[in-house]
Amino acid sequence: MSIQKVVVMGAGHGGFQLAATLRQTGYQGSIQLLSDEPGLPYQRPPLSKSYMQGKISEMAMLFRPAAFYETEKVELIHDSAKIINCDAKTVELNSGKILPYDHLIIASGARNRLLNLPGSDLQGVHGIKTRQDADVLIPLLPIIKKLAVIGAGFIGLEFAAVAAAQGAEVHVIELGERPMQRAISEQMSEVFRLAHEQWGVQFHFNTGVSAIEGDGDKVSRLLTNDGSSIEVDRIIYGIGVIPNVEIAADAGLTIENGIVVDEMLLTSDPNISSLGDVANFPCKYFNGKRIRLESVQNAVDQARTIAARLMGNPAPYIQLPWFWTDQGNLKLQIAGLSIGYNETVIVGSVADQKLSVLCFCDGELICVESCNRAGDHMVGRKLLARVSGLTPEIAKVEGFDLKAWEVLNRPEV
Amino acid sequence: MINVTFIEHNGTEHKVTAEAGQSVMQAATFNQVPGISADCGGAGACATCHTYVAAEWVDSFPTKTEMETDLLECAIDIRENSRLSCQLVLSDAVDGIVITLPESQ
Repeated sequence: MSIQKVVVMGAGHGGFQLAATLRQTGYQGSIQLLSDEPGLPYQRPPLSKSYMQGKISEMAMLFRPAAFYETEKVELIHDSAKIINCDAKTVELNSGKILPYDHLIIASGARNRLLNLPGSDLQGVHGIKTRQDADVLIPLLPIIKKLAVIGAGFIGLEFAAVAAAQGAEVHVIELGERPMQRAISEQMSEVFRLAHEQWGVQFHFNTGVSAIEGDGDKVSRLLTNDGSSIEVDRIIYGIGVIPNVEIAADAGLTIENGIVVDEMLLTSDPNISSLGDVANFPCKYFNGKRIRLESVQNAVDQARTIAARLMGNPAPYIQLPWFWTDQGNLKLQIAGLSIGYNETVIVGSVADQKLSVLCFCDGELICVESCNRAGDHMVGRKLLARVSGLTPEIAKVEGFDLKAWEVLNRPEV
Repeated sequence: MINVTFIEHNGTEHKVTAEAGQSVMQAATFNQVPGISADCGGAGACATCHTYVAAEWVDSFPTKTEMETDLLECAIDIRENSRLSCQLVLSDAVDGIVITLPESQ
C-alpha cells in the first residue's frame, strides 16, 4: 500500500527536511508538520551565535518563507501531539484534533536539562534552546556585566565567547575537567581553553554549582561545590538535553536513551520512524553500537534516509557524523566520533590556532577535529567514509599534509 | 527586489527574486531551486552550496576568505568562478545575476 498521509511530529531540522525532501522527490500525498513553537520553522545553530549577535535576521534564520508551505502543500500545524494511537494509526493533538497517518515520523527532539538547584528559579537564569529563548537574551546581552555559564559544552561556550566579546566578565563552571569533554579530544579542548582564557573567560573545572542566590528575586551570586562564591548578574546553563520521548513511551514504543530505532530508522512500530536528537540508532561509525546524536547533520541526513525509504528506496542509515561550533574567531569542525580514541596526532599549528587533531583508535582513524582548517575537515570526511589506511605513524612524519595524502591514496574507482 | 537566474547543470533555468542582504544560497533554497543542499544552513561549515558565478558578476563580491577557499578545494569540479553561495550576499548592484549550478554537491 502506498503512503498517502505523512504526519511529522516536530519542525526542527529533521522534521522540516523530511517534508522538504519528500516533496523534492515527488511525494504527492499529504504532509502535516507539527510545530509546538510559534512562527515558521527555523535553524537553531545561529541562536547562540550569529543571531544572538544580531548578524543575521529572523528571516535569514528560516528554512523557507511562508510561501513554501502553501505552494508545496506542507501543512504546518502549530500544536503538540498528545497521544499516539498505534493501532488506529492516529495522532491526537492538544487541541483535540485527530490526525490519521499512514506513516508517522517522530522528530520531537530534545529539551534542555533544567538546573535543579536552590535558586534556579530566580530571575536572570536562562537556557538557550528556542528562538524565544534567544529573543529574551538579545536585548540583555549588552548590559550583562558578570555572567556565569554553567556547563562547558558547545552552546555554553558559544555564548561565553559572545558575552566576553561584549566586555562581560565571564565565568564557566564545569563538572568535568576540560571544555567540551564529551565531544572532543584533550588536545583540542586545550586549544579552546587557552583561546577562551585569552578572551577573558575564567574557567572553574571539576566543580558543580551548589546554589544560586539572589537579591530579592534577581540572581546575584552563585556558589560552587568547591566553596567559591561568584558575583553574577546573569546565568546561562547548558548542561545537556533530555530526549522528548514521553508520548512515544506512552504509545508503547521501545525507549532506551531516546526512541530506539533500527538501522532503517524504524521504531518498534513499523508505521513509525524516528530521527534526530530523540532517536537512538545503531551507528556505523560507533562500531554499530547505539548512540543518540544531537546535531544538524544527523537530523538532516536521517530525514533524507527516511524520505527515501517512504518513496520506495529503502537503505540503512550510514552517514558519517559531523558537527561544528563557532566560538570567537575559531571554527571547530568535527568529522567522525572521537569516543574511545587512544592516540592522537596534531597537524598544523597550535600557536596559530590552525590545526587538526587526528584521533585514532588502535591505529585506525576515527575522527578528525579541525580548528580553522576547513580543508582538513572536508578531507577528513572523505577519509573517514572509506577505509583510509591512514595510521598515526604516517601522520606523524614531519611535513605530513592531510589533503595531499588523501589525493595520493584515493582508492581506484 | 533582486533578480537572480539559476541554471541547473542540465540547463533548466530558474528565475527567482530575492531581497538585498539575502545570500545567493537563500535565494536558491527559498525558491526550491534544486542542486544546492546547503547542509549547514550557511554557516560556512560544509561546502554543499557550491555554485559558478557568471563572469561579469565575479568581481561584484568580496574575494574569498581562506575558509571559503579551503572548503571549495574539496568541492566537486571547481573552476575559477566557483563560490560557496552562502558567502555571496545579494545587493542591488548584482540585480540580474546569473548563477550556474554544478552537476552535484
